[in-house]
Amino acid sequence: MEEKFAYIEGAEQPIAMHPKKFSLWLFMVTVVMIFAGLTSAYIVRQSEGNWLEFDLPAVFYYTSGIIIISSIFLHWAYLSAKKDNLMQLRIGMVIASVLGLAFLVGQWYSFVALVDMDVYLVGNPSGSFLYIFTGLHALHLVSGVIFLIIVLISSFRYKVHSQSMVSMEMCVTYWHFLGALWLYLFTFMLLNH
Amino acid sequence: MATASVASHSAHDHDHDHEHKENFITKYIFTIDHKMIGKQFLVTGIFWALIGGFLSILFRLQLGFPDMDLTFLKPLLGGWIDDGGKLDPNFYLALVTMHGTIMVFFVLTAGLSGTFSNFLIPLQIGARDMASGFMNMLSYWFFFISGVIMFISLFLENGPAGGGWVVYPPLSALEQAIPGSGMGMTLWLIAMTFFIASSLLGGINYISTVINLRTKGMSFSRLPLTIWAFFLTAVIGLLSFPVLFAAALLLVFDRSFGTSFYLSDIYISGEGALPNTGGSPVLYQHLFWFLGHPEVYIVLLPALGITSEVIATNSRKPIFGYKAMIISMLGITILSFVVWAHHMFVSGMNPFLGSIFMFLTLIIAIPSAVKVFNYLTTLWRGNLIFTPGMLFSIGLVSFFISGGLTGIFLGNSAIDIQLHDTYFVVAHFHLVMGSASFFGLMAGVYHWFPKMFGRMMDARLGYVHFWLTFVGVYLVFFPMHYIGIAGFPRRYYSFTTYDFSSAYTDLNMFVSVAAIITFAAQFIFLFNFFYSMYRGRKASLNPWRSTTLEWTTPLHPGHGNWPGEIPAVYRWPYDYSKPGANEDFIPQTVPLSATPESNLPHEQELVKLEKEIIAEEGEVLVANESKES
Repeated sequence: MEEKFAYIEGAEQPIAMHPKKFSLWLFMVTVVMIFAGLTSAYIVRQSEGNWLEFDLPAVFYYTSGIIIISSIFLHWAYLSAKKDNLMQLRIGMVIASVLGLAFLVGQWYSFVALVDMDVYLVGNPSGSFLYIFTGLHALHLVSGVIFLIIVLISSFRYKVHSQSMVSMEMCVTYWHFLGALWLYLFTFMLLNH
Repeated sequence: MATASVASHSAHDHDHDHEHKENFITKYIFTIDHKMIGKQFLVTGIFWALIGGFLSILFRLQLGFPDMDLTFLKPLLGGWIDDGGKLDPNFYLALVTMHGTIMVFFVLTAGLSGTFSNFLIPLQIGARDMASGFMNMLSYWFFFISGVIMFISLFLENGPAGGGWVVYPPLSALEQAIPGSGMGMTLWLIAMTFFIASSLLGGINYISTVINLRTKGMSFSRLPLTIWAFFLTAVIGLLSFPVLFAAALLLVFDRSFGTSFYLSDIYISGEGALPNTGGSPVLYQHLFWFLGHPEVYIVLLPALGITSEVIATNSRKPIFGYKAMIISMLGITILSFVVWAHHMFVSGMNPFLGSIFMFLTLIIAIPSAVKVFNYLTTLWRGNLIFTPGMLFSIGLVSFFISGGLTGIFLGNSAIDIQLHDTYFVVAHFHLVMGSASFFGLMAGVYHWFPKMFGRMMDARLGYVHFWLTFVGVYLVFFPMHYIGIAGFPRRYYSFTTYDFSSAYTDLNMFVSVAAIITFAAQFIFLFNFFYSMYRGRKASLNPWRSTTLEWTTPLHPGHGNWPGEIPAVYRWPYDYSKPGANEDFIPQTVPLSATPESNLPHEQELVKLEKEIIAEEGEVLVANESKES
């Protein structure tokens, strides 16, 4: 009996992926394309010369650490939710969200550090690109934090547990993606500035 | 367990809820039914096509009759007609720009892909609706907002954007450059941002619907070619529109925040250098054409898909080379991303890079030629039925050949240096991309009108519309090749300043007259469309005797498309005139086991497997029913 129904489900969703999760992946593809476009533009522009050289703000190392730790805690929360350990889930979610906000604050201080170095948004494109990369990434990260907080609230309402993981899984995917995107941008800027 | 019963419940829900609870607003305005959203896109697309076409008539008047007194347009254009009855040169530039923007994005992207992807994907793959009806609704309304903003920009005091539809900086980046680069350009960028969001929302939906919601038996190798085309179009859009967003974002920063991504060392009328330094305008061209070239295929592929379907149905023959069609569309999809710099041969780009892009560009001729060959061989010795839809499809093939051939000229960087930005280019892309896609759109409307509105369009008016448009398009665009080879650049306000440049005045006049007649012929279609919607002959369930799933729905399908179970699919969509079969078409829903007389040897093998599956399904159905009761 159980198997027969599984067959129907399988037939209706041939690759057996939740449509919303699938749409999230497609959305992440579009974000990848935006940043692929921007970083290619950076390389093309840089190869033309007249390029201002400066050191990246040290605060980027700290924010990179913060975003990695945040991802680790979120993953811990996700594994806890799978095991129906709701207390650990909440602790993990709270820490991940707070670290997410801390990352945003850190990125703001990177702007401050840039200004202290006399690198402004307006000026040589090498500086402008840096502001665009971090700013646009931060904008996406704001959406990620909002997503985290939504899942955090539903975790306090007992809506996230081993039987109801869709939003949690999407949240984890998106957050890891944003973290990885930042690490890509940071490495890219380290190698190419 | 839950899924199975939910699925059959939701079918019931749709039948009951929607007939009773739907009011005007949820049915016609904020609808989440893919069929209504498709119609919304279609009607909005027609509206924009009329505006875009009308703008082209205005600048054709200027080009064909440079001495004409245009005072009679004063009530409409006001200050844009000066006291001598002449069109304002800046407004001429704005007209060209808006004609391009409107036609490429609003008509042939949203109006074509938006209409038919929405309308046909769920109907042809056997789904109740799109993966997310809400996102689908958002997609239309973002498009609508984008349209409203673009429409408002037409009425600005300084006019709409005027830097060409490609909006190259520094022309588009500096307000001092032309009047259109002020508020008009700002609104253009805002409108395009909404448009990109709309396209992405739509595209995400199309892709996840095609992948996740196909009915039982509808494997990728049984998808109608329309769906393949819509699917690949959505993939192209998903990968290229974000890059346009990136390009536009940097342009916004240059315009409004004083950055120098695209600007460097600019002097305007001896005022001294602008502070911007270190930017590169070629950078914008790279980013723009990374979208811009795939955009050509976003416009063209749906039209090619529609043509495949219409030609096969009305030739009463299976499409020639089904797999070759899919492979060539895949080839076009991939190649479309690696040819963008052929738009930039004269931009000062490294010539060595130019020869690489030339090579890649010419490769696209191969999949395109395969498609043309397959259309012609499908038509060859078919039992042709010349419905209006069929005529428009054949017209598309004609434009695709005549416009495609000049593409081989332009793809060669050596010849392009001579022909770049002349009327030769205008003729080329208006035939191969503009007219071909427009004919695909028309073919689709004539062919699927019975499914959209349950009535037939008048065929005789359709024939008149077709012949006037078909002949008209050639009369408009063919002479432009000569004008272009003679070296006349596009976007110029006037060619009569010097004697030597007046040589083609009468040819331009001829083109303008042809354009006006062609535009007027579209009102025949417009009348036919709206009249048939209410007064047309009632359609039968399957008027073209077609095999695909959409013709198995009721005449006016409700939200959910099929009143009962979604039909399963047992064969590919092109079983026309199969030897031994009773009728000259076998719908996809007919099992192989029901047609032993026409099965091919390898299909006879599949019958056994099919019987097992049907038996299994019967058990599930029985189980479901006992569960529900």
